[in-house]
Amino acid sequence: MITTEFSYQKAGSVDEALRLLAAAPDSALLAGGHSLIPSMKLRVTAASALVDISGVAALKGVSRAGDTFRIGASTTHRDVAESADLRSGSPLLAEVAGVIGDPAVRNRGTIGGSLAHADPAADYPAAIIALGAQIEVAGTSGSRTIAADDFFTGTFETAVAAGEMITAVTVPAATGVAYEKFVHPASGYAVVGVAAVVTVAGGTISSLRVGVTGAGPQALRLTGLESALAGKTADDATLRSACSGLVAAGDLVGDHQASAAYRASLVDTLARRAIARAAARG
Amino acid sequence: MTTTMAIKVTVNGETRVADVEPRTLLVHWLREDLALTGTHIGCDTSQCGACVVHVDGRAVKSCTMFAAQADGCAVTTIEGLGAADALHAVQDGFWEEHGLQCGFCTPGMIMTAAELLARNPDPSEAEIRHALEGNLCRCTGYHNIVRAIQHAAKGATA
Ligand SMILES: Cc1cc2nc3c(=O)[nH]c(=O)nc-3n(C[C@H](O)[C@H](O)[C@H](O)COP(=O)(O)OP(=O)(O)OC[C@H]3O[C@@H](n4cnc5c(N)ncnc54)[C@H](O)[C@@H]3O)c2cc1C
Ligand code: FES
Ligand code: FES
Repeated sequence: MITTEFSYQKAGSVDEALRLLAAAPDSALLAGGHSLIPSMKLRVTAASALVDISGVAALKGVSRAGDTFRIGASTTHRDVAESADLRSGSPLLAEVAGVIGDPAVRNRGTIGGSLAHADPAADYPAAIIALGAQIEVAGTSGSRTIAADDFFTGTFETAVAAGEMITAVTVPAATGVAYEKFVHPASGYAVVGVAAVVTVAGGTISSLRVGVTGAGPQALRLTGLESALAGKTADDATLRSACSGLVAAGDLVGDHQASAAYRASLVDTLARRAIARAAARG
Repeated sequence: MTTTMAIKVTVNGETRVADVEPRTLLVHWLREDLALTGTHIGCDTSQCGACVVHVDGRAVKSCTMFAAQADGCAVTTIEGLGAADALHAVQDGFWEEHGLQCGFCTPGMIMTAAELLARNPDPSEAEIRHALEGNLCRCTGYHNIVRAIQHAAKGATA
């Protein structure tokens, strides 16, 4: 299928991208194109002008400053998955990136594009929430930082305003991490995915954050479970009783892939597995 | 009026210059303008992998990239991977292990496998299957495709 017509420009810098974005009505950023192009081909989306940010060097790559890791918005899933810095100091994003789609999708798709697209079944959102990431955003009137908890505002909706763009994501060092994904066999997306970030001190859970994707209309955080497990040991019996009825099926999405009740049950199971695995590493 | 833009792409080692509409997909430019019809189109949803080519050494779905995005890049298609009298190790593997039936998925399978082996010359069976997640085959049931890639890996590491 062929998209509607548009003009195409490659931005050389963030400032140029923002300027080009503002210059045309119905303009859109083009990063890896792996959400935008399929929907333009199906004519679900149309744009009059595409601003390609995949070549902006300042938006690419992973850097480390002390215990903080900064991932440029246009870093591909593959480069996140293979980042030696992330793998050693904060492996969750790298492990999540490695199970997105397939190798060709990972070679093109980017973290900034995935977060901006905010597909309710995308993988990164669960990890971003569990890590308490900060999302750096730039606009013509300056830059700001959005906390992961405030970032996703609805299905395919985020706190990024029109005319703004994501420039980077920062995450803390964390090794007690795990992502459990129940893969949809046809699409490769998550039917449900749960990410956990745990710190264990003296045998008990001293900090815990859990992010869920795929289950509801947007990615969510399980704050009730986090406080219920604070100070507890991460043994199987404790996790089994805590990870029960975590979300009400009535709040979840049911469709031909999985009923709401089935998704709710997956949240329980995957949360338990993710926390157990994360605790064993943390 | 449709505006076109000039692109310059190295395709299978040859510099190609063209004026394309921005919405021209890389796969359409390869097939229709350059007559490189070895790269196939099997879906409208970026899921089948029949269109996989290498762009600057990375396997990509050429139906999910505009030709304009390949400006300045080096593209390798199935036509540029090996020669009839000097097959690439993966092509040889598909020949030896009967890795195809109708052949529609084969160019994409081979390009995906070639990238895998370039990165990981000795993959496990699980790694091979994971690498093929974006390539669909409606004929073989995949077993012989996995064997073909194992054959190629053996040749490459021998
Ligand atoms: C076959 C297939 C399978 C997939 N499987 C999965 C999967 O299993 N899990 C998963 O999570 N995803 C999956 N995806 C989606 C994939 O991860 C996409 O790469 C991702 O959703 C979008 O990133 P992109 O860089 O390709 O963005 P694009 O498609 O270029 O852009 C997406 C949207 O974000 C906007 N945008 C891009 N960059 C920025 C920025 N820096 N700031 C603000 N807005 C921006 C664009 O304007 C557009 O609206 C799959 C895609 C395909 C085609
Ligand atoms: S034609 Fe199916 S993935 Fe490109
Ligand atoms: S051989 Fe026919 S689709 Fe794979």
